[in-house]
Amino acid sequence: MSERVAVRKTYKLYIGGKFPRSESGRSYLVQSGENSTANVALASRKDARDAVVAARAAGSGWAGATAYNRGQILYRAAEMLEGRREQFVALGITGDEVDAATDRWVWYAGWSDKLPQVRGGVNPVAGPYLNLSTPEPTGVVAVVAPAAPALLGLVSVIAPAIVSGNTVVVAASPTDPLAAVTLAEVLATADLPAGVVNILTGRLQETVPSLAGHRDVNALDLAGVADAELATGLEVKAAENLKRVLRPVPTNHDWYADPGLARMTALLETKTVWHPKGG
Amino acid sequence: MTATAMSARSDLTELGRSETALRAFLHGLPGVDQVGAQQRAAQLGTRSIKTTAKAWAIDLAIRMVDLTTLEGADTPGRVRALAAKALRPDPADPSCPHVGAVCVYPSMVPYVAEVLRGPASGAGPAGAAAAPAGAGVVHLASVATAFPAGQAPLEIKLADTRAAVAAGADEIDMVINRSAFLTGRYQEVYDEIVAVREACGPAHLKVILETGELSTYDNVRRASWLAMLAGADFIKTSTGKVPAAATPPVTLVMLEAVRDFRAATGRQVGVKPAGGIKTTKDAIKYLVLVNETVGADWLDPDWFRFGASSLLNDLLMQRTKLTTGDYAGPDYFTRD
Repeated sequence: MSERVAVRKTYKLYIGGKFPRSESGRSYLVQSGENSTANVALASRKDARDAVVAARAAGSGWAGATAYNRGQILYRAAEMLEGRREQFVALGITGDEVDAATDRWVWYAGWSDKLPQVRGGVNPVAGPYLNLSTPEPTGVVAVVAPAAPALLGLVSVIAPAIVSGNTVVVAASPTDPLAAVTLAEVLATADLPAGVVNILTGRLQETVPSLAGHRDVNALDLAGVADAELATGLEVKAAENLKRVLRPVPTNHDWYADPGLARMTALLETKTVWHPKGG
Repeated sequence: MTATAMSARSDLTELGRSETALRAFLHGLPGVDQVGAQQRAAQLGTRSIKTTAKAWAIDLAIRMVDLTTLEGADTPGRVRALAAKALRPDPADPSCPHVGAVCVYPSMVPYVAEVLRGPASGAGPAGAAAAPAGAGVVHLASVATAFPAGQAPLEIKLADTRAAVAAGADEIDMVINRSAFLTGRYQEVYDEIVAVREACGPAHLKVILETGELSTYDNVRRASWLAMLAGADFIKTSTGKVPAAATPPVTLVMLEAVRDFRAATGRQVGVKPAGGIKTTKDAIKYLVLVNETVGADWLDPDWFRFGASSLLNDLLMQRTKLTTGDYAGPDYFTRD
């Protein structure tokens, strides 16, 4: 019996529910765990374009699903995350962080059918009308994930965007992308429809500017952009078609603290309906 | 291929007179190498067309689009909007060329003519007058001959054609009688095309082979020759109403047929793939196929067209991407 050959893993992108290599064929090396390295796909701007197409295609189905159903799927993602705890720990993420990330999914999952009640409702108006406001998803959101904490930070920016029906294209942290690709494997087995979450790994300077300028992206979350100059440039590009922009989060931000509603409500549009009263 | 065609050259005009001669000629055409055709088309599809060449290809492809709407739900308003878009596909950019033609059902022809040619007098409406250079040469195509099935008596098909021409169409897209073709009644198919050709008068005739229903590439080659022998100005792949529409290998076979037909007779015939071409990438693949198979003579809206509806928006988005550097979104272009 010969010694078993190691099964090496290449970390790929996550676009439209599939795990393709970068269309450019490039990859780069990152530290994986204590003393090994891993090959990770180096996404190009065309991968970013493909991801936006996938996110847009998934949009109507995901936004059209019932809030209850979205909550169930998010909860299932938490279940899958719990089951893969060891895998994340092997990547060098602490057990506490994985637990916190799992709890964060569950917390956001619960909000899916409560958000419309908190953010919408019947408005008193001076006329014989029933006036209703309901929150609707903004659409396709491009997200730059924070570099640290690798998993909790990622979950804390993805979950609040998709819980209300948005679809996201996430640019993972360039230095620590393994948590993101592993999270993609979690989401792929969580019944999350293909394209709702798309994950790009590689250099931010390459993918994020094309996302910021893309006319078919509706919002831009700059959470993980540490370079102030890059952030300003991205905001200028985003202004071109009036994207909603979430400013970069300071690097000393405590991601373990109660996140509040801000990240969810920033990515909502309010629809108001005037309905004549009968009688 | 060419050798066969050349030897038959002297008889080509006589072929239509007898079923036997027609059959002998069509079945004497060499068979198509199926794997070879598919591989050749796939290989040509891998060419990378970038920057200035891409910009040129996109503008050419826009000029080649037959902007089509063939729905039961077409209304005068909808086809008017489509015609306006044909004249000026990107209102924000005056340098954007107009499309090749608008293609509608016969009953919708008058409404399109109104927009393209101006109300009766011929004076263009404000929109058309301000349209980019060459406005007024957007052709008006109409499907006819009991489109899409073609299952109607000949008199009805001819009346359909005459009505479309009378209403102002200058291009007629007819369907061949697949039922007759598949049962081997070539003479009947031939005579029908000749009759419709006559009913067209001055209008150009495009003959739809509906390749998706012809099963084999050999049949596509035979149908192409049959249509050209009968006087088609264009041969067109599909109606867009059956699932298997235009594919690169089918278009390759048809391009080879028009090339050989010109070599044999000196008459140039156009080709129009239709149905299923949705992206700029697809369109550029077809342009490469044309250039490599029949040469630059066919790289012109007079000799090559795309039958498409959603293709135009993708071309416009790619065009905008090239001029602005940012990816465009579908929200910024009209849907119909």
